[in-house]
Amino acid sequence: MKVLVPVKRVIDFNIKPRVKADGTGVETAGVKMSMNPFDEIAVEEAVRLKEKGIATEVVVVSVGVQQAQDTLRTAMAMGADRAILVLTDVAVEPLAVAKVLKALVAKESPDLVLLGKQAIDDDMNATGQMLAGLLGWAQGTFASKIEIADGKATVTREIDGGLETLTLTLPAIVTADLRLNEPRYASLPNIMKARKKPLETIAPADLGVDVTPRLTIVSVTEPPARQQGIKVESAADLVARLRNEAKVI
Amino acid sequence: MAVLVFLDHESGVIRQASRSAVTAARALGEVHALVTGDAAVADAAARIDGVAKVLRAAGAATAHELAEPLAAVIADLAPAYSHIVAASGASGKNVLPRAAALLDVQPIPDVVSIVDAETFVRPIYAGSALATVKSSDAKKVLTVRASSFDPASAEGGAAPIEQVTVPDGPAVSAFVSIALSKSERPELESARVIVSGGRGMQNEENFKLLNPLADRLGAAIGASRAAVDAGFVPNDYQVGQTGKIVAPDLYIAVGISGAIQHLAGMKDSKVIVAINKDPEAPIFQVADYGLVGDLFEILPQVEAALDTAG
Ligand SMILES: Cc1cc2nc3c(=O)[nH]c(=O)nc-3n(C[C@H](O)[C@H](O)[C@H](O)COP(=O)(O)OP(=O)(O)OC[C@H]3O[C@@H](n4cnc5c(N)ncnc54)[C@H](O)[C@@H]3O)c2cc1C
Ligand SMILES: Cc1cc2nc3c(=O)[nH]c(=O)nc-3n(C[C@H](O)[C@H](O)[C@H](O)COP(=O)(O)OP(=O)(O)OC[C@H]3O[C@@H](n4cnc5c(N)ncnc54)[C@H](O)[C@@H]3O)c2cc1C
Repeated sequence: MKVLVPVKRVIDFNIKPRVKADGTGVETAGVKMSMNPFDEIAVEEAVRLKEKGIATEVVVVSVGVQQAQDTLRTAMAMGADRAILVLTDVAVEPLAVAKVLKALVAKESPDLVLLGKQAIDDDMNATGQMLAGLLGWAQGTFASKIEIADGKATVTREIDGGLETLTLTLPAIVTADLRLNEPRYASLPNIMKARKKPLETIAPADLGVDVTPRLTIVSVTEPPARQQGIKVESAADLVARLRNEAKVI
Repeated sequence: MAVLVFLDHESGVIRQASRSAVTAARALGEVHALVTGDAAVADAAARIDGVAKVLRAAGAATAHELAEPLAAVIADLAPAYSHIVAASGASGKNVLPRAAALLDVQPIPDVVSIVDAETFVRPIYAGSALATVKSSDAKKVLTVRASSFDPASAEGGAAPIEQVTVPDGPAVSAFVSIALSKSERPELESARVIVSGGRGMQNEENFKLLNPLADRLGAAIGASRAAVDAGFVPNDYQVGQTGKIVAPDLYIAVGISGAIQHLAGMKDSKVIVAINKDPEAPIFQVADYGLVGDLFEILPQVEAALDTAG
């Protein structure tokens, strides 16, 4: 079974993003970038499937700028076998990414595409569902557990009221939630090995995909700041203020 | 053109968040509501104030709001609508992007404000920035944050109900089971007061120390990711970028440091209280009232203060 894992390069989750002064976006120049945390979880799951003998090959793909190569190398250091970079300088939207991935699915014929449930930059939480729609495949989103057997994936999903379990006929799409696993750190020898693993670069046009965005950013602004609060001295003071000042209890 | 709103329900009850989606949709046009499930769900939808028509997709295929048949139903109905809207809960986020793909539309998730029929405001980077985006798609597909729109009243409407057919398609997915965490407390998304615990609660036993406080305030109980990951409480308690987005009148964070991913889920609360032993904890930067100290000493003191008449 072949597993395809799309990975996105985003601002590291530990960094507080700053809105650009001209209101066109968020500052990324000189900012530490890393693999989207949910995608690390997806890579980890795919590599574990390979270690269990269920998956035979793990292919990672990123749609983005040249530096996304680093993200792909990280994924290969975690255990992915090879990588594809779909090179574009355009800020690609989930619809465009899903179209690129659909074209790659036609080329690669994976049995499972494992994505992150959301990218922590634009927080769209959409790409996996859209790819599933374009392919007409089953989808298991927000997965906290995946079991593969007999041409089916049994997926436990984190939903608003608790957990739901579905079976999906393969090929299928699964998107990873935080509690699916804890991703490993790549060891130094594996980082070295990853440098020699194959990385192919192609253009969206080679796949016949138009990545023109449908959304235009009118402005990006700071959210309204909260008024500076105060420290209270005691529980009694706190309760009195909640009653008499804030009037919320 | 009218607006199609998908109302999701849990155990036959339409989520309050979906009634917030109705309010958002009314700003865009006449509201037609799509529901699945029993006739009772459709009846409840018909009574929601502001719903002009209810479309009921009944039957086994849609019973569990599976994305594959439901997205197909929405795509089928779409030609008659300018906008397709749902609340940004697990169900809306599962179904709407798939429907959008079928319609060749880029969806707009987590809308917090509607500027005009094609321009919307949505948070990005865990709420560190607000992006105003304009869609060039002929049809708009959006999910809206319930915390940003007041819920439409559950009563007051008397909309007609129409059956809609579910298009045939291969059943590629099947429902197996659901495990809902039971609680007598209010739902997180609609609670007026929330008491939330973090890693500082130390373990599952200690986490229960929040119950007496929540009881006194009629509060829902939430948690940080660290508390959920450590198994103190189930996943559906999580507040934050990847959990629930809440904006109650009062949010009390106990033993929570205030990571940006947690703040993303609660910083629009009207009044925020933080109880933490570390005076430098970032949660104090958003708290209206901060109390520095050991939570195990402070919690009983707060309860005692609440018990004395104010
Ligand atoms: C500051 C800022 C400025 C922007 N400016 C513009 C602009 O000028 N014009 C414009 O049209 N758009 C712009 N965008 C939008 C942006 O480029 C994309 O629309 C958005 O990042 C895609 O959503 P997402 O990554 O949140 O997808 P999600 O649906 O949340 O991603 C889910 C999963 O899909 C996979 N995935 C997603 N993207 C990729 C990828 N590129 N490669 C591989 N896998 C992927 C990953 O597995 C990921 O976990 C901007 C966004 C930001 C934050
Ligand atoms: C992609 C991604 C998504 C995430 N999504 C979310 C999300 O949706 N929600 C979320 O919450 N987090 C999320 N996180 C995790 C987030 O970054 C933090 O790790 C998490 O919020 C920390 O939880 P905490 O505050 O309970 O724990 P900690 O950061 O460990 O803080 C515990 C606090 O308790 C205090 N404390 C300890 N003992 C006591 C005591 N006896 N009395 C008083 N105070 C005490 C400490 O001073 C400390 O401030 C996400 C992370 C990533 C990478």
